[in-house]
Amino acid sequence: MADKQLDAKGLNCPLPILKAKKMLNTMEQNETLEILATDPGAIKDFEAFCRTTGNTLLESQSGDGVYTFLIQRTG
Amino acid sequence: MSTEQNAKSMSIIVTKGALDQAYPPFILATTAAAMGLNVTMFFTFYGLSLLKKDLKLKVSTLGNAAMEMPMMGGHMAMPNLLAALPGASSLTTVMMKDLIKKNGVASIEELRELAVEAEVNMIACQMTLDLFDYKRDDLIDGPSLGGAATYIEVATKSDINLFI
Repeated sequence: MADKQLDAKGLNCPLPILKAKKMLNTMEQNETLEILATDPGAIKDFEAFCRTTGNTLLESQSGDGVYTFLIQRTG
Repeated sequence: MSTEQNAKSMSIIVTKGALDQAYPPFILATTAAAMGLNVTMFFTFYGLSLLKKDLKLKVSTLGNAAMEMPMMGGHMAMPNLLAALPGASSLTTVMMKDLIKKNGVASIEELRELAVEAEVNMIACQMTLDLFDYKRDDLIDGPSLGGAATYIEVATKSDINLFI
């Protein structure tokens, strides 16, 4: 179970990233954030976001048109 | 804005002020800021209108050969002759805003607020302000006033420089 959750369903680029970043800012190091999104572009974008910011993308899954990302704050 | 000394940086020259043309600079600026970059936006010519307190952004298909709107299962472009008619721009703007809402795309007002919140450094072009007879008070709080040299100084230190 993630420490925090973010429902970004229905939002389009770049809102899922911006909202995730805002939430990560409020979290402690090593805490985890689960994000739900429906924007297919979010898959590559969260990978790039994590590579650039030093955060860890623990999981990236899709099913039923909803994408689930699990990010650990390490950046 | 990242406070790290070795953070990457990006600058954007914003020259266009139509509703559709306002998206790329604000999307890139807010995303770069979220990714830890120090971001500067220099608003000049028609781009300066994006800093007005009261945004009345419009979109026109006139002279934009590539612009098609999804309609009745296909895509439709508007011939220039029709796009030039009174009301055509308002109609296109209403359609565009509808598409924006339907697709969960942020409004420009929302993106601008997020940019301010993320401490994006905004510079309003003093010359444009004078040229188009705007007052500092017409613009939102936050942006500083500056000119070409102010921008160039930022650009020389930036990893990415964009002109939009």
